[in-house]
This record gives sequence, structure tokens and C-alpha cells, in this order.
Amino acid sequence: MIKIKNLHASIEGKEILKGINLEIKAGEVHAIMGPNGSGKSTLSSVLAGREEFEVTEGSVEFDGKDLLDLAPEDRAREGLFLAFQYPIEIPGVSNINFLKTAINETRAYKGMEPVSAKEFLAMVKEKSALVELDAKLANRSVNEGFSGGEKKRNEIFQMAMLTPKLAILDETDSGLDIDALRIVANGVNKLKSPNNATIVITHYQRLLDYIIPDFVHVLYDGKIVKSGGKELALELEEKGYDWIKNELKIRN
Amino acid sequence: MTEDELKKELKDQEYKYGFTSNIESEVIPKGLNEDVVRLISSKKEEPLWLLDFRLKAFAHWKTMVEKRWAHVSYPEIDFQAISYYSSPKGKKEVSWDEVDPEMKATMDKLGISMDEQKALSGVAVDFVFDSVSVKTSFQEKLQELGIIFCSFSEAVKNHPDLVKKYMGTVVPPSDNFYAALNSAVFSDGSFCYIPKGVRCPMELSTYFRINEANTGQFERTLLIADEGSYVSYLEGCTAPSRDENQLHAAVVELISLDDAEIKYSTVQNWYPGDKNGKGGIYNFVTKRGICHNNSKISWTQVETGSAVTWKYPSCILKGDNAIGEFYSVAVTNNYQQADTGTKMIHLGKNTKSTIISKGISAGHSNNSYRGLVQIHKNATNARNFTQCDSLLMSDKCGAHTFPYIEVKNSTAKLEHEATTSKIGEDQIFYCNQRGISTEKAINLIVNGYCKDVLNKLPMEFAVEAQKLLEISLEGSVG
Repeated sequence: MIKIKNLHASIEGKEILKGINLEIKAGEVHAIMGPNGSGKSTLSSVLAGREEFEVTEGSVEFDGKDLLDLAPEDRAREGLFLAFQYPIEIPGVSNINFLKTAINETRAYKGMEPVSAKEFLAMVKEKSALVELDAKLANRSVNEGFSGGEKKRNEIFQMAMLTPKLAILDETDSGLDIDALRIVANGVNKLKSPNNATIVITHYQRLLDYIIPDFVHVLYDGKIVKSGGKELALELEEKGYDWIKNELKIRN
Repeated sequence: MTEDELKKELKDQEYKYGFTSNIESEVIPKGLNEDVVRLISSKKEEPLWLLDFRLKAFAHWKTMVEKRWAHVSYPEIDFQAISYYSSPKGKKEVSWDEVDPEMKATMDKLGISMDEQKALSGVAVDFVFDSVSVKTSFQEKLQELGIIFCSFSEAVKNHPDLVKKYMGTVVPPSDNFYAALNSAVFSDGSFCYIPKGVRCPMELSTYFRINEANTGQFERTLLIADEGSYVSYLEGCTAPSRDENQLHAAVVELISLDDAEIKYSTVQNWYPGDKNGKGGIYNFVTKRGICHNNSKISWTQVETGSAVTWKYPSCILKGDNAIGEFYSVAVTNNYQQADTGTKMIHLGKNTKSTIISKGISAGHSNNSYRGLVQIHKNATNARNFTQCDSLLMSDKCGAHTFPYIEVKNSTAKLEHEATTSKIGEDQIFYCNQRGISTEKAINLIVNGYCKDVLNKLPMEFAVEAQKLLEISLEGSVG
């Protein structure tokens, strides 16, 4: 699905990612954990194509294509989805209109006809139930006046509507209470299939109680310093990130 | 497709109404003096009282100096270098079949449907080409209800009492420099009268088209809604792309008698000039309405065209419980300049006004909101709500807000909200990440930003206005 090789990226001359290597196959869930400032959000931004970040070295192959060569909108159309840590408000643009535009742009890219109103509405109904999103929210302006939890649920709702191949959840658990966390996680789990993959970026182990990862990677100072199975997350939770830091010091 | 063709198509896309119609016109020589005023009046076979009105206005205009208080700059206008009358040759056609095919083709290109059988949702249209009204549709049908909808010239001939009674009562010839000029040399325009208690069943609309070079367009619109009546009126305007600037100085007067309601919508798309600010229309327009007891006037405008715009559709809330509304979207791109807003003059008790202004500036343009809310001594319990927002699309453009508030009655309640924001890169990226291109993202964001105003437009116009916003802002983020 995605092959990240020796990825280096910097912002305003400061190197944040210092050689990331990661391969994810269809059907897998990978968790990326790490302390603040380790480069977790930078990695998601670089993959999604934020312009402020400059890729200085390395390559990313996504479904056989050179991802870094694609414009952000084309990455999305190819099936890369980023659930934002801080979803953006767009006043005056209804969620429905926004999603319909997004779906039709992607369909046009693939040479398909625009979605019919009937089909679209059926999708909205089905997918909003998945994240227990109030139907009224679908008609409100994108994220405007949404609570923190509603914004995150809306991200997963959009993900459900756009059916990406690879979804990156960037600290989707931040700011969620336990009920909202369960709803969001349930949504993600229901969307899981042998044909898609998920990267869960998180600071805490908590979310991984609900979304069970196949692999856990620890990101520290712009590099993946440790990888393992789901038990690694528990170990991290128990020993804290200092454990990793100390281990690295000893190794060096 | 060759590169040249592609370039041409791109250019056309920028301003698709920039074509010139090859219609033979009678144009009077350039220059302005009393004889020209008399010539216009005689060409239109006007009664003496109207000639008198013109001559008085002209005499007054000569004593006036053009005041330059608006936040726009343009060179001195040479009023002797303009021709004040241009009319397509031939007599005014009576039936649709007799209309010049080239004129029909022009209307087609502009997307105007005069064919009453084919008209979609029943919009009656008056088409004003340069100085004269060419054709008005649905006249007979409207007549059955006693509604008069015709060109200003026809109104002078057929309904002189109404014209005489109301013309110049809301915008007196001495009001300002360009209103005085218009009063002296106006050539045509639209006239509308809705009788007592009649709800006009269709949208009335006037389409203004400048075609001739070196002419000015000076039209007048007079709209009277008699007691308890209702009308929704639309105007649209376009002009060919030319390197010279052309002057458009119109006067619009609305009279909303007791319990009447007028909804007046404008989509202004005069040629804005090219990317470097060459050419374009100077759009200096005086629009004002008077509201009597329990009546309402609602102005909605989408302003995307013209090199320089100077325009303040206003309401005089004379009667008790009168309501005035102003909803505006003004877009400036490249080197366009706009100074637009409204005046709400509260004279009656319990009068209410609402102002929602959305400015969008792109390129090197300058966009100003200028608004006056005036509460007079006797206007007890007057209320106003004003919201003016500015959206900046580049870092070389300007957005300015000049609100004026004068309150002479302590029971008045006024609210004023204003925001200025730059179009968010975060918003655009968020759209990109959902598969939406930057161009489409800007359209979405801008349309969302203007939604409160676009919602006030009649359906068909709203769609056109949205498209217009798209075209006006193409490639404007930077």
C-alpha cells in the first residue's frame, strides 16, 4: 500500500524527519507513537502534501505511484485520507455540499459520473449512523460551531464517505472523552477491510484499546526507533517515553 | 487545439461578455452643451416639462465640482470627449419577429430570453442597448394586472403623470455631480408601476448593455410600488472589453408606498478592465428608495465588474415601521476599485434597517465599504444591524471600512459588527486533502462567505452570481 523510504523533511530549514522507513500493506493497522515534538504530525502533513514542509531526501510509493510527485488533491483522490488533529472550519459551506464536491472531484478524476442525489443521500444516512453523527450536523457548515468531539466524529464521517485506501488518523483521540473515543474507534473499526490500511498517530495508548494495531512504531527525534506488536504500546504506557530515551542513550 | 486558441479561450473566460455587436448605430457627436441636451430631448420627442427638467439639471451641473471623497482614484474625466446618445438604427420594433437578427444574436450570447414561450420561470425583461430600450417582454400579460413595465421613454409618452409626479423626488437632480449629469442627459431606462394591492407574479428585469465605443450610458430607472403591492426587480449589466474607460452614470429611484415591498437585485458585471488595469467602466451610480408607512425596500447587489465603482443604494425610511435592507457582495480583482455601501436614513418611528456587506479583494485591487446609519430626532425605537466583512485574497490588495453613525434619538438601538480575514491556507489545504482542487476550494469558501447575501437573490440570479464570483476570482490567491 505505502512504502516510505529514508524520508527526510524540514520546515524553514529545520530538519524534523530524519530518515523514516515504513512499509504498510493492505489490511494492516499501524500505530505511530511518540513524545511531543518527535515528528508525528509532520509525518502526516508531509504525506498529505502540506506545502510548508520540504522533502529533502527519500521517497514515498503509494499504491505504485510516486506520492511526493502528486498535488495534495491528487493524493486524496488516489485514496489517501488524513483525519486532522484540528479540523478546519469553513463558514457558510454545508457539510453536505463540501462532501458532495469532494466525492465528485474524486469521481471526475477517475473518469466517473457525478454521484446521483439519491445515492449520495443514502450514503450520508448510512455513514452518519456509523459514527452516531446527528443528521443535523450534516447540514451545518463544515465544523463551524461543532464541539471538539463532533469535529472528530465528523472527520471519521468524511472518511467513511470517501472510502480511502489509506487513512491517517492524526491524534484523533486528543480532546475526546471516553464515550466519544469509543464511538470514533468503533467507526474506524467498522471501516476496516482487507483492502485498506490505517495509520493511527497517537500520544497515548488509550485509543489502541479500541483500535487494535498490528504494528506499533515509536517515533523519536524524527526517526522510528522501535517497532513491535501491540504489546509495545502497553510497554510504552507503563515505562513512559523516558524508557526509549534512555535505551537510545545506552545504545549510542 | 493550438496554444493561441487556448490562450484566446482563457482570455474569453476572463470576461465572456467582452464581445462587440456589429449593429449600426446612430451616435451623436461627442461633446456636452445645452444644445446636446436639447438634441437628446428632441430625438426622444419629449414634452416640454421634461426638457425643462433636463435644462435645469444641466444648468445646475455646470455649477458643480466633482467631489472626490470616495476611496478611489481615476484621472479627470473629459466630459467633452463622450458621446451622450447612441441608438441602434431603425425604429423601435413592435413584435419579436421584427427585431434585428444581430440584436437577437447579441441577446442570445448574453443569455437573455425574450421569447415569452421559451422563458423559463417567467421573467419579464427590458433590454437596454446603449441609450435606448430595445424590447420589453411580457408587457401584455402584465397589463392585465394593471402593471406597467416599459422603457422610460415609453413611460414618458404613455404615463406622463406618473413620471412627472415621482421623477426626481427621491434623487433630486442637484443631489450630486453624477446625478445632475444623468438628469440632464439620461437617454432611457426602465419604468415600472405596480398598482395598489397587486403582487407582481413574475420577476421584472432590465438588462443594460453598452456596445458603442466612446459613449456614456446614462439610464434612469423609476419604480413605483403603490400601496400594499409587491415587486421583485432584477438588473444585470455587461459591456465590451475596450482599452478606453467608459462612463456609466445611472440614477435609480424606488418609491415604496404604504404597506408595499420592493426587492431590488443587481448583478453588476460591467467590463472591469484587463489584468493591468487598462480600460473598464467607471460606474458612478446613485440608487435610492423611499419607504412610506409599513413598507419595505430590500437592495441586494453582487458587484464584480467595473474598473471603478462608486455606489450606495440607500433607503429613506420615512414612514413608521418602515424597513430597509442592504445585502452586498463586492468583488475586486486586478486593479479594480470599489467604494460601495449604503445609507439608511431613519425618519419614522420603529423603523428597522439591516446591512450585510461582504467585500472580497484580490490582486492589487481596493475595496471599501462606506455606510451611513442616520437616526433622526423623531425616529423613536429605530433599530439597525450592520455587519461588514472583508476577505483578502492576496497581500497586495486593500480592504477598507468607513462606517458613519449619526444618532439623534436616544431610544435607538444599533449594532455594528466587522471582520477582516485573509483566505485561510488551512481551509484550502483541508479542501485539497478531501480531493478538492484549490480553484474549487476558493469557490466553496468564497460562496460560503457570501451565502447570507446570495441567499437573498432570486434562484436563477443566484446561480449566475455564483458563476460570476468564480470567474472574477480565477487565479486570484497569492
